[in-house]
Amino acid sequence: MKYVIYPVALALLAAVPFVASDYALGLLIGMVTYVTLASAWAMFSGPTHYVSLATVAFYGAGAYVVAMLNEVMAYPMILLITAGVGAAMALVVGLSTLRLAGVYFVIFSFGLAELIRQLITWYEINIYGTLGRYIFVDITARGIYWQMLALAAITIGLTAYINRSRLGLALRVIGDDEVVAAHSGIPLARMKLMAFVLSATILTLAGAIASPRWVYVEPAIVFNPTVSFLTVIMALFGGANRLWGPALGAIPLFLAFEYLSAHFPDVYPIFLGALFIGVVFLFPNGVLAGIEGLRRGKKEETA
Amino acid sequence: MFVTILILGLVLGGTYALLALGLTLQYGIARIMNLAYGELTLAAAFVLVALMQGFGISPLLTVALIGPVGYVVGSLLYTVMMKPLVARSSGGKLDVDSILATFGLLFLIQGVLLLVFGPNFTSISYLDKGVTIFGVTVALNRLIALGICVVVGGALVIALATTRWGLALRAVAQTPTSAPLVGLDVNKVARQGFALGTALAATAGATVAMYQTFSASGGVVFTMKALVIVIMGGVGNVGGALAAGLLLGLVETFVATAIDPGLTLAATFAIFLLVLLFRPQGLFGKA
Repeated sequence: MKYVIYPVALALLAAVPFVASDYALGLLIGMVTYVTLASAWAMFSGPTHYVSLATVAFYGAGAYVVAMLNEVMAYPMILLITAGVGAAMALVVGLSTLRLAGVYFVIFSFGLAELIRQLITWYEINIYGTLGRYIFVDITARGIYWQMLALAAITIGLTAYINRSRLGLALRVIGDDEVVAAHSGIPLARMKLMAFVLSATILTLAGAIASPRWVYVEPAIVFNPTVSFLTVIMALFGGANRLWGPALGAIPLFLAFEYLSAHFPDVYPIFLGALFIGVVFLFPNGVLAGIEGLRRGKKEETA
Repeated sequence: MFVTILILGLVLGGTYALLALGLTLQYGIARIMNLAYGELTLAAAFVLVALMQGFGISPLLTVALIGPVGYVVGSLLYTVMMKPLVARSSGGKLDVDSILATFGLLFLIQGVLLLVFGPNFTSISYLDKGVTIFGVTVALNRLIALGICVVVGGALVIALATTRWGLALRAVAQTPTSAPLVGLDVNKVARQGFALGTALAATAGATVAMYQTFSASGGVVFTMKALVIVIMGGVGNVGGALAAGLLLGLVETFVATAIDPGLTLAATFAIFLLVLLFRPQGLFGKA
């Protein structure tokens, strides 16, 4: 049954740009982008509980690769290079931190976006000469939407595949108890590294695909820490351990944030912070799990 | 050149050492990995500037008073926000929970700072006179900042090492599960550790405001530097944090004067990478 439902749903979603207005299409692109980001984040951080705060480091790096290369080579080639850059960054971070306790990984990821932002700023000013670049790629808003939708579908499909594979099992054991995992003969560092590189590559590609929307890029615009923040809260809100959790968290929160940032730009960050703390306290395993817990509780009461 | 880097580096390192000391107390004793640490520091810096510009209150008075205020704020923060997390989490779960909760707190405080003080860079000129030491001209406000760091940091190290209260803090830091066996109230000690850390963050922030330019969105860098120092010194190692803080100040000043000021954070990260690769237990820890 689900082999019919998913393709049909995907085809329907792909057909939406033919009826949607420009404004609606813009919203849709943002929504699908965050579905991709949150799902890719949860691919690694969900089962392992290794909280990555570096989403925008990869997302922004993807956008910057496009900005640097869009005048010298063809778009598909750029996407390939972007994926390589994302994987290489993840390897550096992963190889140096994932052999150690989780806290080191979190700390490294916490400062990574700021580091890359400062490095690119330094490079642009001292070597390239000017801060800021233009992205002129012959891609329409519809094209961006379709690419991002495809990437979202691939991300969720890949997560579903990983969940059933030995890698997914290994990641869940690592997340539950690393000592047990080590004693069961799971190669801890290699498993974590594989999942992290996959997740980071998708995040980087998402940045590259979304980048033509910016037209003008500059490190301060691209490496906006709010992106990392939103990704984590969306995935947690929906439930980072479930296949559809991040997507279900991303859609309502994206719409809410879009509304708030347009109408209350001043108090918007305060609201975000408060909401984040609220989610951590009230739904430690996500809303889906929270609802299930309530239903189970009621059933037990009636039984 | 060499003496200049040495003196300016030690001055900067003094502030870093104080910052890291607070963070290592929070993580070592209260087991809270506080990602909003830099925002607490910035809040104190903004308070100092606002009090000076609005009411003409001397920055030195603010520095003296902001520590106790920070202690009360930290104590409240621990009771309201962190204690429920500690109560519900066991083992490794607390790390994840505290990281996420303080990540939210980071944006909350940053939002308030942006709303109240705006996004611009802020600085004050206070005692901006040159003083010559060993042939190097250093601004008086920087020297005062170093003095404050030496006095506060030194007093704390001595108190932790010699008093009964310091012994209790160190006991909880070492083995929180056994501390109740000798009659220690772990919750109370953890709250004290967290509050003390916040007090140090506030003091360090106020001293930073005396000589450095800062903006509401720069808290991440403070937190990051403090975290790197804590890892370098070894988690919970007070003396290690002081030494590593001074070392980072020296390295950063060296990179800023000899290579490029835009690469100081890169230098911090490079050190961090080297420590992670070769001595993850800290420069002064045992394997």
